[in-house]
Amino acid sequence: MKVGISLVVIVLLTAIALVGAGVGLNFVFGVIIPYAAIAIFLIGVVYRVLKWAKAPVPFRIPTTSGQQKSLDWIKNDNLESPHNTLGVIGRMLLEVLFFRSLFRNTKTELKDNSKLVYGSSKWLWAGGMAFHWSFLIIFLRHFKYFVQPTPKWVMLLQDVDSFFQIGLPIVYITDFLILAALTFLFLRRVMDSRLRYMSLLNDYFPLLLIIGIATTGVLMRYFIKVDIISIKELGTGLLSFHPILPEGVNPLFYLHFFYVCTLIAYFPFSKLMHMGGVFLSPTRNLANNNRAKRHINPWNPEVKVHTYQEYEEEFHDVMKAAGLPLDKE
Amino acid sequence: MFDGGKIITGLIIFLIIITFPVWYNAVNGQAGERPEIEIATKDTPGKNECVLPADVMRTDHMDLVMQWRDEVVRHDDRTFKTENGREFTKSLTHTCLDCHSNKDAFCDQCHNYVGVDPYCWDCHIVPQDFEKGVK
Ligand code: HEC
Ligand code: HEC
Ligand code: HEC
Ligand code: HEM
Repeated sequence: MKVGISLVVIVLLTAIALVGAGVGLNFVFGVIIPYAAIAIFLIGVVYRVLKWAKAPVPFRIPTTSGQQKSLDWIKNDNLESPHNTLGVIGRMLLEVLFFRSLFRNTKTELKDNSKLVYGSSKWLWAGGMAFHWSFLIIFLRHFKYFVQPTPKWVMLLQDVDSFFQIGLPIVYITDFLILAALTFLFLRRVMDSRLRYMSLLNDYFPLLLIIGIATTGVLMRYFIKVDIISIKELGTGLLSFHPILPEGVNPLFYLHFFYVCTLIAYFPFSKLMHMGGVFLSPTRNLANNNRAKRHINPWNPEVKVHTYQEYEEEFHDVMKAAGLPLDKE
Repeated sequence: MFDGGKIITGLIIFLIIITFPVWYNAVNGQAGERPEIEIATKDTPGKNECVLPADVMRTDHMDLVMQWRDEVVRHDDRTFKTENGREFTKSLTHTCLDCHSNKDAFCDQCHNYVGVDPYCWDCHIVPQDFEKGVK
């Protein structure tokens, strides 16, 4: 059902873009929608992150994946259980760049109908890594459509990505990887009944949308050719605030572009905000130093304390008269 | 305890990175300029038409040269017939660069603009460079 609704929405978006580009609404699809999408993205992301920034830091949650720092002669693991900022940065980098905690993923199964077994399960990790890295590299490679002159690092990335020099235009490794990974990630959700039960519209829609983006991109590069010179004119025009609408660009490009705009505009309202959220995961960004550092909740009521020093000062004369021992003397 | 300061610093760094194309275009001031290509044989009779219609060439020339290569190297099929009956030898150097003898002002102009660097010239000769003594 939720897959169905997502599919219907994608089909509607496709129809809107193709009909729109077909009847020549290029100004809408090439200027208004992109600017609107970028504005929604920037304002939405800033709004949500500022809202997060207002939340108090929670009490540290030590995750038991490494020896915590304690006595000097007990060897501690500063990456899995960091006690200082350096360690926290290291753990965060491992998480963001290599999905460290997903690598620990396990699966539980009933074997022979009676034995409960736990096993390591790396498929999701591999699929996730392949997808995210490919997406990043493709996104960075696309900078050649947004800026002029094309930066050196884009050329370098492109050369590495076309390392195998198969065919012409040379097949990018990431194009193959992203399609394979997306297919796997989608099938994983629909084939496994437990996962299907948990999945929401909000899970299927971005997945299908990104499948749409990658498919139209691959179609344009290898099968239905488009005029890249004109597209770059449009791209750089937009991002230098002098929008240009080239003539005769294939509607397939407007479809690709409209999907991308939809994704950008949808971003701040969706689970895709995990891009920023991962940096705010309390189990990842707080050092495990509960015993070394006092945690103060900002909402704690102020407790009026009366220390012994103050007590002694107050009752100094009385205590002295009674012959009690005093710290101060 | 609040981490607002660190979060806002991170947010600002993100915004600077994500708006990179805008800064870069503003500094270089070349955005939105189409590459200017020179058609060397525009006014030469018999050579004033490409092997396929120009708007097909603009999008599909990389597929055409690849097809030519395969046909020549695998099937020894060296003649290409256009729709209006003209015949060409399937060759990068002898055909494409015969009419487009100004590779710098033609092929390279577009390719630099979109940031591609075809590796074909590692082996195939560019006659103009050859004459100049660059190999
Ligand atoms: C007989 C001469 C001739 C040959 C051979 C030739 N071209 Fe052309 N080419 C032209 C002319 C003339 C034009 C301009 C056509 C026009 O604008 O109508 C052109 C246009 C083009 C364009 C489009 C430029 C634009 O307007 O954006 C490309 C790309 C191109 N040629 C590439 C090639 C390649 C690659 C080859 C080899 C497979 C080749 N040409 C062979 C004469 C030739
Ligand atoms: C109108 C601009 C234009 C002209 C003129 C032009 N090209 Fe291209 N060429 C392109 C574009 C755009 C691409 C694809 C870029 C991409 O894949 O991102 C390309 C790609 C190629 C590729 C494939 C490169 C790769 O690594 O995928 C080859 C080979 C090629 N061109 C040969 C030629 C030759 C030879 C000429 C001159 C006779 C020529 N081109 C003239 C625009 C042009
Ligand atoms: C490793 C060297 C090498 C590279 C790199 C190379 N070629 Fe070739 N190419 C050859 C050889 C050798 C032949 C065979 C020449 C013959 O039989 O006439 C050939 C033949 C061809 C032919 C037909 C004959 C002719 O004279 O042009 C075409 C077209 C061609 N290559 C296109 C390309 C394109 C396009 C690229 C870049 C994407 C490329 N080649 C890169 C070595 C190379
Ligand atoms: C979320 C962002 C985007 C993703 C994930 C994406 C994905 C892809 C993919 C996978 C391809 C196949 C070829 C390649 O890998 O280079 C592609 C091609 C293409 N994309 Fe995108 N795209 C995105 C945004 C855009 C934008 C904003 C534009 C508008 C300028 C654009 C224009 C193009 C063009 C013109 C091609 C054809 C490239 C060629 O023929 O060489 N894309 N895209």
